[in-house]
Amino acid sequence: MNPAMILAGIMLGALVIYSLLAGADYGAGFWDLMCSGPRREKQRQLIAQAIEPVWETNHVWLILVVVLMFAGFAPAFGAISIALGVPVFLILLGVVLRGSAYVFRTYFAGSIRTQLYWGKVFSISSSMTPLFLGIVIGAISSDTVVVRDGISENGFLRTWFHPFPVIVGVLSLSLFAYLSACYLTVETDDPALQDDFRSRALFSGFISLMAAFATYVVAGDNAREIRDGLSGAPYVLLVESCAAIAAFVAFQALWSRRYLRARIAAAAQVGLIIIGWGAAQYPYLARPGLTIFNSSAPSNVLIEIEIACAFGGAILFPSLFLLYRIFKAHRKAVLADTTPV
Amino acid sequence: MDNFLAARSQMGMSLAFHIVFAVIGVSLPLMMTIAEWRWRSTGDPTYLLLAKRWAKGTTILFAVGAISGTVLSFELGLLWPRFMQYAGAVIGMPFSLEGFAFFTEAIFLGIYLYGWNRVPGWFHLFSGIIVSLSGLLSAIFVTLVNGWMNTPTGFDILDGKFQNIHPFAAMLNPAGIPEAVHMVLASYTAAGFATAGIHSWLLLRRGRNRFDEVAIGIALCVGGAAVLIQGVSGDALARMVAVKQPMKLASLEGQFKTEVGAPLSIGGLPFPDERVTKYAIKIPHGLSLLAFHTPNALIKGLDQEPSKDWPNVRMVHICFQIMVGCGSLLSLFALIAAWLSWKRGPLSKQKLFLKAAVLVSPLGFVALEAGWMVTELGRQPWIVYHLMRTRDAVTTMPNITITFLVMTFVYLVLGIIVVWLLSKHVIAPAEKKQLDGPGVLV
Repeated sequence: MNPAMILAGIMLGALVIYSLLAGADYGAGFWDLMCSGPRREKQRQLIAQAIEPVWETNHVWLILVVVLMFAGFAPAFGAISIALGVPVFLILLGVVLRGSAYVFRTYFAGSIRTQLYWGKVFSISSSMTPLFLGIVIGAISSDTVVVRDGISENGFLRTWFHPFPVIVGVLSLSLFAYLSACYLTVETDDPALQDDFRSRALFSGFISLMAAFATYVVAGDNAREIRDGLSGAPYVLLVESCAAIAAFVAFQALWSRRYLRARIAAAAQVGLIIIGWGAAQYPYLARPGLTIFNSSAPSNVLIEIEIACAFGGAILFPSLFLLYRIFKAHRKAVLADTTPV
Repeated sequence: MDNFLAARSQMGMSLAFHIVFAVIGVSLPLMMTIAEWRWRSTGDPTYLLLAKRWAKGTTILFAVGAISGTVLSFELGLLWPRFMQYAGAVIGMPFSLEGFAFFTEAIFLGIYLYGWNRVPGWFHLFSGIIVSLSGLLSAIFVTLVNGWMNTPTGFDILDGKFQNIHPFAAMLNPAGIPEAVHMVLASYTAAGFATAGIHSWLLLRRGRNRFDEVAIGIALCVGGAAVLIQGVSGDALARMVAVKQPMKLASLEGQFKTEVGAPLSIGGLPFPDERVTKYAIKIPHGLSLLAFHTPNALIKGLDQEPSKDWPNVRMVHICFQIMVGCGSLLSLFALIAAWLSWKRGPLSKQKLFLKAAVLVSPLGFVALEAGWMVTELGRQPWIVYHLMRTRDAVTTMPNITITFLVMTFVYLVLGIIVVWLLSKHVIAPAEKKQLDGPGVLV
C-alpha cells in the first residue's frame, strides 16, 4: 500500500471519528436552539451534561485532519484554502463562537437572561460549523476547485455557492442533529425526555434521508463524477448498502424504543456514509485536479508522519478509552455529580 | 488597508491573542497541580480550594486557547496558502506531534476538571501532571515551527521547491530548541508574576487571609525560578541569533555598521534613513562580548544587506529593549523577594513588597508580547528566512480587511468577557463554607 493512501486513510478515519463525536456535540447545540415544550430546561441541561467533559477533546480531531492535510498534502491544502476561503472562514467563526459561548453560558450561572443569550449564540454557531463543513465537502467533490498560480479560477463564491455543496451542507447538519438526538436518548433515564429526543431523531433522520436523496439528484448537474463514483465501484456500493441497512436498523430501533441499539446503528450509519463518500471521492482531495498522489509530500515524509501518528495513537487511544470510561460508562448513576463545578 | 497588510494584521492579532491563553494553558496547570500536591501532603483545605479555583481558570482559558489555536491552524492556509503549499511538508511534523500533545492535554484536563469524585486521588494528581507536561510539549512543538521559519534546515532546494526533506532535521533546527526553552520559561514567568500580582492586590484589599497567601507563595516560586533561568536562556538564544541570523541581531541592537568590538546600545532610537541609533547608552565592546563572549568579536551590521531587506529596525529595537528591560526588572524583583523572605520572614506581611508585586505583575506578559514582536518583526520581510518573502506567500483572496475586522471584533469581545469571568470565578474571595470540608465543590 502506498504511503499517500495510508495517510489519506488516517485522515478519513479522523474525519469519521470527528463526525461521530464532535458532530454529535454540534448536533446537540442545534437541538439546544430547538428546545421546546414543558421539559425545555431539562432538555438543555441534558445536552449540557452530555457534552461538557468531552467537547474539547472531540474537537481536536478536526485539528488533526487539518494538520495532517497540510503536512501530507500541502498543495491541496493551499488550493482549498484559497478557493474555499469563505466557507472555511465561516467554519472557523462557528468554532470560535460555539466554543466560547458554551463556556460563557456555563459560567454565567445566576444570570438567567445572560445565560439564555449565550445559549442562543451557542446554538446558532453550533449549526453554522456543520453546515459549512458540509459545504466544503460538497465543493471539493464537485469539480469547482481550480487554482492556478494561486488564483482561484472560479472566484470565491462560485466554488461553493451552488446547489450541490449547499445541499451537502444541509445533509451534514441534519445527520449531525440526527446522530446527536440518537445519542441523547441514551444519556437519560427519564422516559419523557427520551421520547422528546426520539421524536427529534426520527424527524431529523427523515430530513437527512430527503437531503441524501436530493444530493444524489442534484449531483447529476453539478457533480457528475462523484455521482459516477457513488454508483460505480462495487466496494462503494457495498459500503452504501451497509449504510442503508444501518439506517434501517436505527429507525426500527428508534421506533420500538431500543435506544442503545439505535445509537450504535445511527453511528454506524453516519460513519459508513462518510466512508462511502471517501471511497467515491478516491483518489481526489479536491476535484477536478488534486489527488492524493499528485499533491502528496515525498514518501519518506509521509512515512515519518505516519510513524508519528502511530506513536501518537498509542498514547491517544488508551487515554480516550479512559476518558469515556470515566465519564460515560456509569453515566446515569452519577449524573448528580456532574453539575458544573 | 491593502490585502497584504490586512493579512499580516490578522495573523499578528490572532497570534497576540492566542499567546496569552496558550501561555496560561502551559503554566496554570503546573500551579494547580502544585497546589493539589500541597493539599494531598498537608491536608490543608486552602490548597484544595486554590487548586479548584485555578482549575476553573484553566477551564475557561484552555477553552479559549483551544479555539484560538484552531483558528491559527486554519489561518496558516487561509492567509498564507503559498507558504503552506511549499513548506507544509517540511514543517508538518512538529504540527502533527503538537496535535497529539494537545489531544493528551484536552483528555487529561477533562479528567482533572470533572473527575474529582470519580478517580482515585493519586490518579487525579497524575492527570494534573500529564496536563502540565503535555501543555509544555505543545508549546515546544509549536515554537519549533517558528524556529524553522527563522533558521530553515532539513531540505535541499531544487527547481525552486523543497526537496530531500527530512522532517526531524527540520524540526530540530538551530533556532528551535533555544526558542522553545525561552518560550516555556516566558510562560511560567508571565503567568507566575501575573498571578502573584493579582493575589497581592487582593491581599492588600481584603486583609490577611491564607487563601491569597498560599497563592502568592506558589505563583512567586514558579515565576521567580523561571525568570532567573530566563537570563541564561536569553543569552543562549542571542548567541544563536548572532551566528545564524546576524542581520536580525543587528536590527535588535540597532547596529547599522559592521564593526569589531561593537558596543551594546541600551535604549535609544534607531534612525534607519540616517543609519544611526541615537540617544542610547553605549557600553564599549558590550555587544561583541554578549554575542560571542569575546570583547573584540566581529559584529555584522545592517550595512551588509540592502535596506529593502531590512525589517522595521526601529520597532524591532524598541520591542527588544522592552523585553530585556521587563525581564531584567523581574529578575531583580525575584532576587529581592528571595532576600526579603530570608531576612524578614513571610512576604505576605510586608505591605510595600505586596504593592511592588502588584506593580510588576503585567511585566511578564509585556515582555512575552514584546519578545514575539521581536522574533516576528525581526524576521521580516521573510516568512522563511532568506528563502521566501512574506509578500509572496499571501493569499490572493480579496477583502481580507473584512475578515480581519470581524476576527478583531470577536476577539475583543471574547477578551473582555474572559477577564470579567476570571475576576468573578477565580479570584473572588474564599467564603468560609468553601473551606469547611475537602469534598466541597467550589
